[in-house]
Formats: sequence, structure tokens, C-alpha cells
Amino acid sequence: MSKRVAIVGIGCSGFRTTSTDLSYREMIFEAATKCYEDAGGIHPQSIDSFVASSEDFMEGISIADEYVPDQLGAVLKPVQSIAGDSLQGLASALMQIKTGQQSIVATSAFSKVSNLSHYEKVAAYATDPAYIRPLKEHPYFIAGLEMNRYLHESFSTREQCARVVMKNRYNALSNPRAVYGAKVTLEDVTCAEPVSEPLGQFDISGHLDGAIVILLASEEKALEMTANPVWIKGVGWATDTPNLDSRREGLGGALYAKLAADKAYEMANIKSPVNEIDFAEIDDTFSYKELQHLEALQMCGFGEAGKLLEMGCFEPGGDLPVNVSGGSLGAGYLHEANGLQKVMETALQLRGEAGKNQLAGVETGLAFAWRGIPTATGTAVVLSNRL
Amino acid sequence: MSEKIQVSGGTALSEEDIRSGNIFVTEDSLDCAYAWDMGVAIKRYLAELKEGRIIATECRKCKRIMLPPRLFCELCFIPCNSWRYVKDTGTINTFSICHVHWDASRIKEGEDPHLPAVIEIDGASDGMGIMHILGEVEPEKIKIGMKVKAVWKPKAKRTGSITDIKYFKPL
Repeated sequence: MSKRVAIVGIGCSGFRTTSTDLSYREMIFEAATKCYEDAGGIHPQSIDSFVASSEDFMEGISIADEYVPDQLGAVLKPVQSIAGDSLQGLASALMQIKTGQQSIVATSAFSKVSNLSHYEKVAAYATDPAYIRPLKEHPYFIAGLEMNRYLHESFSTREQCARVVMKNRYNALSNPRAVYGAKVTLEDVTCAEPVSEPLGQFDISGHLDGAIVILLASEEKALEMTANPVWIKGVGWATDTPNLDSRREGLGGALYAKLAADKAYEMANIKSPVNEIDFAEIDDTFSYKELQHLEALQMCGFGEAGKLLEMGCFEPGGDLPVNVSGGSLGAGYLHEANGLQKVMETALQLRGEAGKNQLAGVETGLAFAWRGIPTATGTAVVLSNRL
Repeated sequence: MSEKIQVSGGTALSEEDIRSGNIFVTEDSLDCAYAWDMGVAIKRYLAELKEGRIIATECRKCKRIMLPPRLFCELCFIPCNSWRYVKDTGTINTFSICHVHWDASRIKEGEDPHLPAVIEIDGASDGMGIMHILGEVEPEKIKIGMKVKAVWKPKAKRTGSITDIKYFKPL
């Protein structure tokens, strides 16, 4: 069980708000081809196993996982599908290698959300049919409730949340894989149309189509395949009760994120996350989520994230750069593929391949994904370019 | 263990119990709308069906002529951009005589059964074909290996769909 595992290939495609020219198969084939070429030109016949993450309602196909093999080169190979965020898929791929069962495993996820007429309906079907759905609320009401309670408990401000949007969308301007880059002002965010107060239109990340394929390999294979492996040092995931009204820390907290991170840090032998993590790509589905998650991930104390943000700590030049890629607010929201987007951006930084957004001298990064409303599921991954 | 479990008897629920509200249930129905991007390969396939033609793609490496057409060979894992027209005739690979509708209701007395079949299309590689339905044939006369031909809708009624072929009938 001491086998070390590295990311040896990264490929993505799409990353547009619509992708009418390509089917999901063709889009994923492009991402897979790029990933396998990135890993030194491996043919999928040499890949032992494949893990895909998807959610049937998003795709409009029940048992969507059966549609995985062709575009990944996985026909008649071991294929596993995870109904969850793609970081849970990555964790599963990692375990397949750690147990010694497989040596090279591809993991993938995609979003074709533009093919869905009303994403809100799918989100609403995720709420309990007996005691939430009959209230007939737009599903973003949950984000409004969470944000209100988080601001109340942490003494963070609405303006601090707005500054998350400003930072991430500005960062996105220099990331070619980000489509929501913009210079937005504090007023743009705080005066935007309210959705479910205090949450406004600008606090919500925009949808994105795209596919990501990431190839993992055991230490032995990784060192053969690539000169710049990115090691997966730790991973953890946790899920709270689905009951929106009886979570231990209420809707203001993100205990799932803390527990996921605790496990990932333990596995990565990280004692002091704030001192040992150089940068983070973490969930910012909604503006307040970045602050809430930063605190839960122990990047700072509870109630401190907003103030540190105002001081510039989380800027690309700050002590702990957060969502230098633009995050979901700046790059776009890829649904179950969000987690792999965060891992991809973290790994590119660690390889020194983040282009204009490249941070200097980074060795260890944290990727964290939340599964979105109404879930309380999070997965944390610690990555490093040092063995 | 299992022999100790006794069937308790109990009182069966009737449909009427549920309908009359004796049993609490929560009802909702799903209402999602999707418009799937067909992409390069299937878009061309459907456009050709509208013209009354069946088109496939050929892999330059394994030489398979593939139906439905695809932009990449899933086995060789390389792009394919060689288009090949194939015939609208073929051979029944397998078929079934289906006595239930898609919603699981049984076909009525005197109603024709559904006749789904896999047709290996002439000109495509072995094992490559179209899943469709059979028509103008007595169910009991259908045989695996039987030659069949597409019966197309009139041109004005075609929409760019696999149903532009009404069915396949014995040649």
C-alpha cells in the first residue's frame, strides 16, 4: 500500500459555453488524445483501467457510464464509473494503483451542460421529494441560505464575497482555459440582480462545456513515462447528511471540507497546511464558498478568510495564491468535471506549465472540489512535484 | 437462517389504497429537456439519411468501415475522416418478436408485434450494422441471415433521423 502514484498525462478540450460542433464523444476523444500524447504518446491499449465520473440527469442518459469506453480507448477494458465529482473518480483511480491491481489508470469527466435546457430542474431533482421539493423553491435558495448563515457566523462581509468574484474573474483573463475572465468592480457584484439574497447573479459561476482526461501511473511507470510527474500525496473525501436543516455545523459551515482535508493532509504527512501548501485551486461555485472552504481547509482560521483576501493574501502574488486559474467563477462551472479542472490547473502549476498565470517556485498545491448544491460532499487532493 | 424466516401474511396494499390517500406518497414527475449536439459524425449520418443514403466512415489503419459513422476509431484510437457510402440492403444478424410496447403495456389482440432487428449493412465491415425494425413480413417467416432492404419514407417526410428509414423488408 506504499506505492506512490503520479499524474503523467493531462488533456482537455472544449472549455466553451457551447460546443455545438462536437458531440460529447468527439470532445472527450480530443481530450483523451491530448492526455495520452502528453504522457509520451501512450496507446490506450497499454492503459490498464479507466474511471469516468458522471451524473445521468446531467446527460439525459440513464446509465451514462456505459457510454464511456469508445472515446477513451477503453473498449473491452476495465471501466468504472463514479456518480460523483471527478475528484472522487480520481481517488478511485488512485486506489486501483495503490492496491497494486493496476499500474496505469485514466480518469475522465466532461460537461455538456449546454445540451440541457434547464439545469435548475436537475438541481431541483437533487432535493428531497417529500420535504424540500414541495416548497417549490429555485434550487439556488440553498446557496442563499448557506451564504447568509456563513456571513452571520464568520463576520465575513458581502463585499468580501464580491472581492472573490473580482479576483477570480480577473485571474481568468490570463488563462486560455477560462471563459469568464473580466475586470469586474465591487459594484458590479454587489449591485447585480439578486438571485436568493444575499446571493446575487455575479456570485454564481457560469456554466461551461468541456472534457478533461488525466492519466495516473505507479511510481515505476511514471518515472519511465514522463520527466515531470506530479505526485498525488494525499486524498480524502467526506459527505455530510443530506438533511439541509440538521447538519452538525448547520448551513454556515463546511464540515465535509474539513474532514476531507484532514484525511488528505494526514496521508500527505502535512502537519501545518498553511505553511506547507504553496497554493490552492478550490471550489468557488459561489463567491462565499471560496472563503468558507478556505477556512474549512485550514488555510486560515475561521472568520479570517475575508480579511486575508482584502489584504491580498490570496492574489497570485500573495502568501497563498487561491484560484490563480480563475476558479469556477472565472473559468466556468463544469459540473462533475469541476474536480478534474482543479487538479489539472494545480498540476500544470506544479509542472511550470501554467503560462501567464505561472507561480514561481511552487512545490505543493491543494485541489478541492465540492459536489455543488444541495450536496455536502467534498474531496481534497494534495499534489506535489517532489517525490 | 432462511428457514427461520416465516412469511407473515399481512395485508396487501391495493392500487385503490394509494389512490384514495390511505397511504401517504409524494408525487412528482421529471420534466427535463435536452438537445444533444450530434457532432461531426452523426450530423453527417443523419443528413445523409435525409437524402436516402447511408454513410459510414473507414479507419485508415484497421480498414473497418464503421456504422454508425464515427470521427475516430475506438480500437486504433486515431481520427477517421474517410467517408464511405454503403448500401441500404443487408442481412438480419438477430431479431426478436416483441409483444410489449416501450412503456411495458402488452400489444392488444390483433395488433402486430414489434419486430426489432440488427441488420448487418452491405458494404460495412462484419458485425457493423443498424439496429432498426422489420416490416412487410410475417413474424414467423423471419430468419437470421435473411436478406433485407430499407424502405424509406418519402423524401418530403424525411427529417434527418433514423426513422427516415421506415423499416427493413425482406429482399
